[in-house]
Parts: sequence; structure tokens; C-alpha cells
Amino acid sequence: MPEEPAVAASKEAVVRVRGLHYGFGSRKIFDGVDLEAARGRVTAVMGPSGTGKTTLLRLITGQVAPAAGSVEVFGREVTTLDTAGVYSLRRRMGMLFQNGALLTDLSVFENVAFPVRAHARLPERVLRQLVLTKLHAVGLRGAAELMPSELSGGMARRVALARAIVMDPDLLIYDEPFVGLDPVSMGVIVRLIRDLNDALGITSIVVSHDVRELASIAHHSYLLSGGKVVAHGTPAELDASPLPIVRQFMSGESDGPVPFHYPAGDYHADLLGDGKERPRS
Amino acid sequence: MIGDTLSRIGRVGIFLVRVLRHAGVVFTEPRAVVHQIYNAGARSLVIIMLCGLFVGMVLGLQGYDLLQRFGSEDALGVAAALGLLKELGPVVTALLFAGRAGTSLTSEIGLMRATDQLTAMEIMAVDPLRKVVAPRLIGGIIAMPLLVAVFNVIGLFGAQLIGVQVMGVDTGAFWSQMQGAVELDDVNEGIVKSFCFGVACSLVAVYEGYHAQPTAAGVGLATTRTVVISSVLTLLIDYILTAAFLGR
Amino acid sequence: MKPNRSLEIGTGLFVLLGFAALAFLTTQLPGSGMRLGAAQGYKVLAKFDNVGDLKAGSPVSMSGVRIGRVEAIAFDATDYRAEVTLRIEPQFDKIPDDSDASIQTAGLLGGKYVGIGAGGSETFLADGGRIEFTQSAIVLESLVNKFFANFADKGSSTGTAPASDAAPTKE
Ligand SMILES: Nc1ncnc2c1ncn2[C@@H]1O[C@H](COP(=O)(O)OP(=O)(O)O)[C@@H](O)[C@H]1O
Ligand SMILES: [Mg+2]
Repeated sequence: MPEEPAVAASKEAVVRVRGLHYGFGSRKIFDGVDLEAARGRVTAVMGPSGTGKTTLLRLITGQVAPAAGSVEVFGREVTTLDTAGVYSLRRRMGMLFQNGALLTDLSVFENVAFPVRAHARLPERVLRQLVLTKLHAVGLRGAAELMPSELSGGMARRVALARAIVMDPDLLIYDEPFVGLDPVSMGVIVRLIRDLNDALGITSIVVSHDVRELASIAHHSYLLSGGKVVAHGTPAELDASPLPIVRQFMSGESDGPVPFHYPAGDYHADLLGDGKERPRS
Repeated sequence: MIGDTLSRIGRVGIFLVRVLRHAGVVFTEPRAVVHQIYNAGARSLVIIMLCGLFVGMVLGLQGYDLLQRFGSEDALGVAAALGLLKELGPVVTALLFAGRAGTSLTSEIGLMRATDQLTAMEIMAVDPLRKVVAPRLIGGIIAMPLLVAVFNVIGLFGAQLIGVQVMGVDTGAFWSQMQGAVELDDVNEGIVKSFCFGVACSLVAVYEGYHAQPTAAGVGLATTRTVVISSVLTLLIDYILTAAFLGR
Repeated sequence: MKPNRSLEIGTGLFVLLGFAALAFLTTQLPGSGMRLGAAQGYKVLAKFDNVGDLKAGSPVSMSGVRIGRVEAIAFDATDYRAEVTLRIEPQFDKIPDDSDASIQTAGLLGGKYVGIGAGGSETFLADGGRIEFTQSAIVLESLVNKFFANFADKGSSTGTAPASDAAPTKE
């Protein structure tokens, strides 16, 4: 585990987020977020669901523009790039979606081949080798001819991972890669993330709230809550943190600084009332 | 209200331009376009032929009943041909297209949106407008006039079946009067209409799918909107084009 | 994307069918020229001063029964008349050769047809035969004009301008 804090690694940052503000309508999601992902490292972004982790990834990949602040990827300011610029950045990125997001009308093989066909003219034989190599890496070479509907959740996510790495990206982004997996599939994904990182030197950003899995693979973790980074450091540092919010998150207590309840009116009044004067946001 | 409508029309127009910038897919990815012509056209063929036959048969019955009151049942061929070519063919086909092909376009694209497939493409630096929307829009635009032509021919056959075989209108009179009265302009009017309906219905379908809320309810709502908007738009455009053609 | 033959064949068939239908509509509906099935029976010729909007394919009838149809209409530049070819069905082979042909209108708005009135001759029309006695189409417009001309003549003491404008100067 690296000891240096994020700031020391800033020269090597592949992704650098500064003073990020973002909201849906009047609802603030980010209120000044600073975050970095160092080259060749696995950076974890943790936080209770609904804090905006997926939204953060959408900002990094240039799908949405922030209200204020800067998002730098590969040294280029995403917020000022035009579509062509964003697309050229994305060619160096791979992303694993929460649900895999495989193209349902293409076979597993064609799904993995999809970005290659879109961006390179390879002879069919070379393409086949490339795709089968990646499928082999995630252990699904035998499933090449299956359709996405014939895959289990864990298999779909591994195929999606093969697709994310087929173009040999410099930056891999994982959105909730462990959610809803059985322990074996989970172990496979955890190992894959670490192996890809170590073997290929890929910079990785992993969004998750599975503290234990992250601890085994992350070099540096950020804890998001209430639109801000409330803590960051190595998993060991976070584990040792005295901050109550970190303690609650790391040990999984249901209530604490991170409220269990979504903001609501008085419980008794709500139950006993006729529901007409329920406060609506 | 008016501002909303205008801005909505503007958004759809901008969307159309953005998609048509990828019209080159016809040449670069002809397979994808062929696939969509198949989806929008070939798979609607049976329902189009069936409905064309029935509409033609009804035209045969009603036209005969109307014309024999003036002793002009020989004009049935003209009435059926003009009715089909100029109005019923394009309009009924467009309405069927909205219900059959339009809904499946919307729900397909909407589900791709809801399951992050479109986003995944964007992240893979593949523009879904090019990969997903453009082939579907162009496939629909190509398929519609062909469907209308098939509908018209089957409809004429249906009208002839009832008028000549059942009601006893003279075959020669049926065809000769039709050929005498139908102008190439009438045929062209139908082709222009079917092309415009093809653009409108396909555009509405892909627009609604592309902008659907990424939820089950959102996709359902978008599908409903496709049918409603396509139908209203078809009839509105039909009126405008009819007025324009008659005004020449 | 993998090639899918049955899909491509299906699309090909659909496009072919669509274009065939389109071709049928654009070439066969406007204008004349389409005759389904081979011609049967024998040909009879007749000349008319004016065929109105008689068309190839229009019926030919005797006593209201259809016995054939108009096969072709041509213009004879030598005598400035219309040469109409009638095709009579083979079972109607006892038409006297002094019969007359007239162009009539079916109903108020109906199309034109050729009516044959039987003559008294003992010899019959044969293939290539000619009907000599013909009466041209009654052109509705000239009827109307004649009517207005009469009307204008009667009221010529007041001399209403529109009526006299509408009156034909010839004939
Ligand atoms: N399109 C949207 N419109 C309005 N609110 C949204 C939208 N997308 C997400 N949100 C809100 O933003 C918050 C953050 O969402 P998200 O980034 O998906 O959270 P996470 O991935 O951390 O669970 C959520 O509370 C959600 O309600
Ligand atoms: Mg999320």
C-alpha cells in the first residue's frame, strides 16, 4: 500500500477534480469536491447510495457538465472540450457499468468486438484473436456465442469488463462492480480489477460501498457524503480514522452522521394525519 | 404553451439535423440500414397487405353504393384509385406504421437508454446517433413509401375484387376510366405524402425513444407518445400537403 | 455485425415488392396501355368526328349488354377523324354490317361507352370490318354553350354581357 497522500501524487494524476459543484435543479449533489486518481493506482470512491457516485463518473467521462469547478482527465479540461475532444479522450477510457450495459442484440463476442469494429479496421482473424484473448482473461471464452440474455449477472459483468479493456484503455472506471454478485463472482471481479491494474498498469477508479472488498484492492479511498469528500486516505488510514462518519461507514452502523432516513416531516404527524399536508420537496 | 410547442419543434428539428449528419451510414454501414429496413418494412408487410385489402374492399362497397346512385358505378375504378393513391394509402399506412414499427423503434431505443446501452456506446466513443438512431430513421424513411405502394396495389385489387367480381362493375370500365382519370401528379402526390409521413413517423419514434425517461414507466410513456404524436402529425401534414397540392 | 442471410433475403424481397408496386402505380395507372390477358374476339373499325373522353378499354355494348371493348383510339390525319378499334367477343358474331355505332355516356357522371344499334342487313360484321354509320360523343360543354346561345338570343333585347360572351360565335 502506498503511504503518500493524494496531494503528493498530484503530478501523476490521470483524473483531477477541483472545486466541483453540481446539482439537479435546486438539489445540490456536489458542493465543492476535490479528488484525484493517480496513474497506475486503484482509487476508490465510497459513499452511501444516492450521494452522487454515478453522477461523479458521468462528470469525469464528460457526459454532463458541472455547474462550477474543473475536471481534468489526461491533463485536459473536460468541461471545455467539444464533442470530438471528449470522444478522443473516451477512446483512452473503459467503463464498467453497474448493470453491464451489454448491447442486447449482439452476441457476447460481438459485444466485445464492438468498440474494435467501431474504431479500427482489423482483419477478421486478428479481431477474433483479440476478442478471444480478452474473453479468456475474464474466463468466458467458452461463452463467446451466447446472447446477453443467456448470461447471469456475474457473467454479464465479466463480459462488460472484457469489452471495457478490449481497446487497452489507460483509465478504467468501475461503477458498483460488486453489487448483487455471489461471493465467487465477487472474488473473481476483485481479482480481475487488481490483476488488470498490476499487469497492464491501468489507472482505475472504483465506485463502491463494499468497504471490505475495496480495502483489498484500493491504493487510495475517498469517502463522499453530503456533497463533499469527508475523508480520504489509504484503506488503513480510513480504518483508523476517528471521524464518526467514517467510523459509521466503515463498520456499517445503520444510523449515525449518515442518516438512515431520507429527510421527512414528523413521523407521528405523518402517520396520524390524512396525508394531505405532507410536505413535498 | 405556444413557446413550449415552438421549443419542442425546435428540439426535434435540431435532433433531425444531428441525426441526418450521419446519413452516410447508408454507405458505410449498409448492413445496419438493411437490418432496419427489414424491421420497419418487411416485418410490417403482412399487416399492411391485410389492411390494404380490407380498405380496398370497403372502398369497393362504399364507392359502388355511392356511385350507383348517380348511375356512375363505372367510375368506381377512378374513385378507388384516387382515394387510395392520394389519401387512404399514405394515411392508413402511416397510422399502421406508427403502431407497428414506430412503437417498436421507440421501445427498443428507450430500453437501450434505460439499460445504459446508449451511454455505454458514448463511453466507447461511439455516437449512438450514428450507430443506433441514424440507421433506424433512414430505414423507416426508406420503408414507408414502399409500404404505401404495396398497400395501394393490394387496395386496388381489393376494390376491384368487390366492385367487379361481386358488384358486377365492368372490368374494362373499371380500369379504363381509372387510367383515363388518374394523372401522374396524383401518383406523385401520394409518393410525396408517403415520404413526408415516413420522415415524420420515423423521426417521432426515434426521438421519443432517445429521449425517454430511463425507467420502465418512461419507456411505456414514450411508446404511447409515439403513437399519439405520429398519428396527429400524420393527419396534420396530410391536410397541409393536400391543401398545397390542390392549390397548385 | 454478422451477415444474416435470411434477413437480407427478406429485406431484398420487401424492397423488390415495394418497387414493383411503385412501378405498377406510376406506369400502369395514369394513361392507357395496360391490358391484362390476351385479346380475344374479332376487330371492327369505326370512325367518329369526336370521341369525347372515350378510352381504350371502355365497353362496347348492344342493348345495354357488353359485347366487347374499345381496343385502340387513333387519329386519322387524312380526314381529321378518330379511328376507333373495337374488339368484339367471338360469341357475338351476328352483328349486321349496316349497324350503327354511337358514343354514349353511362349515367350522369359515368364514362363513355360505344353503343351499337343493330341494322337490318343479312351479312354480318367480320374481323377487320367497318361500321359506317357513327354518331359522335355528345360533348356536354357544347350542349351547355348551345343552351346559353339560345338563351342569349331570346334575351338579346337587353343584351346581357356575360350571356353573349358565353355564346359560341361559330355554328
Ligand atoms: N436525472 C436525474 N434527475 C434528478 N435527480 C437525479 C438524476 N439522476 C440522479 N439524481 C439524484 O442524484 C443523486 C445521486 O445519484 P447517483 O449519482 O446515481 O447516486 P449513487 O450512484 O451514489 O447511488 C440521487 O439522490 C438521485 O436522486
Ligand atoms: Mg450509482
